[in-house]
Amino acid sequence: MSEQHAATARPGIHRASLFIPLGVFLLVLLLLWRGFSLGDPHALPSALLNQPLPEFALPVLHEPDRIVSSEAMHGEPFLLNVWATWCPTCRAEHAELARISREYGVPIFGINYKDNPAEARRWLARFGNPYVFSVVDADGSLGIDLGVYGAPETFLVDAEGVIRYKRVGAVDQRVWDTKLAPILAELRDAS
Amino acid sequence: MRPEVLLRVLVLGLALLAGHAQASSIDVYEFATREQEARFHALNAELRCPKCLNTNLWGSDAPIARDLRRTVANMVREGHSDQEIRDYLVSRYGDFILYNPRFTAKTAALWVGPFLLLFLGLGIIALMIRNQRREARLGPGDLTADDEARLARLRGQLEADTSGVPPRS
Repeated sequence: MSEQHAATARPGIHRASLFIPLGVFLLVLLLLWRGFSLGDPHALPSALLNQPLPEFALPVLHEPDRIVSSEAMHGEPFLLNVWATWCPTCRAEHAELARISREYGVPIFGINYKDNPAEARRWLARFGNPYVFSVVDADGSLGIDLGVYGAPETFLVDAEGVIRYKRVGAVDQRVWDTKLAPILAELRDAS
Repeated sequence: MRPEVLLRVLVLGLALLAGHAQASSIDVYEFATREQEARFHALNAELRCPKCLNTNLWGSDAPIARDLRRTVANMVREGHSDQEIRDYLVSRYGDFILYNPRFTAKTAALWVGPFLLLFLGLGIIALMIRNQRREARLGPGDLTADDEARLARLRGQLEADTSGVPPRS
């Protein structure tokens, strides 16, 4: 009895210090778990979320003489899709955009990003044109204003022209159902 | 193929490759002053290509990096300050684009964390040294009354345990 007491004469310090490695291990585990669950490191958070669309004045793809600004798109919540004929993923998401426009009646505007307008018109003639209109961003300057770093990218914009969601990469049915559609429904309820 | 010939073919291939890589990334930027050019170079070195995670604007051949180099060049020519250019790009691409992150609430852990860890380590070392010194300093007179009593008891026990045993050689 007295020996036991002696063995643990300074229990506070020694016992607690046994748990330091465990603590360090758990900390490292937490960091790694957080790091590996970040998902796609290419998906940057958009700095433009809840910011108005940047100002622009660009020609319309099918009417090169008509110059439009972002106001031409306002009125109800809409999608703004950055696309190009050189972008295979754009081709892959094209049918989904057509479906969304047909089934949900949401206006989709296009930004024809760093592309050849004649080829772009041919491309739309061949695969269908889900866009109300596309503007021609020949040198990618609107793209930079929008923080675009690759096509396709899709913005969900509210009736006043404020960006509410940004999707980098193709919009497929899963992305539409889980991300874009709920926000669109919210925006429509609010207005 | 003889080794020499193989070597020559390899060297030729590498030279062609290097030539190709250079040719594809050369863009000419002209500036009115040396100072503008220097700023352009410095900005390209510290801005990160949004498409390629671990390369600055200079290091990247991605189309977006080329566009951003052109944007930076234009803004430098138009007389914007370095900070204005950084702010513009951050407002478009977020903090990601800065290789030299700003000090904000979000990045505080990044800036302060290493120093916290350093001081924690130094503290632990200081504590260990102090403990060691104290133990080294301890003499017979430094025991507490309890320890003295325990020592006496243990000595008594030892004696009792070994009294009947013949001493080992």
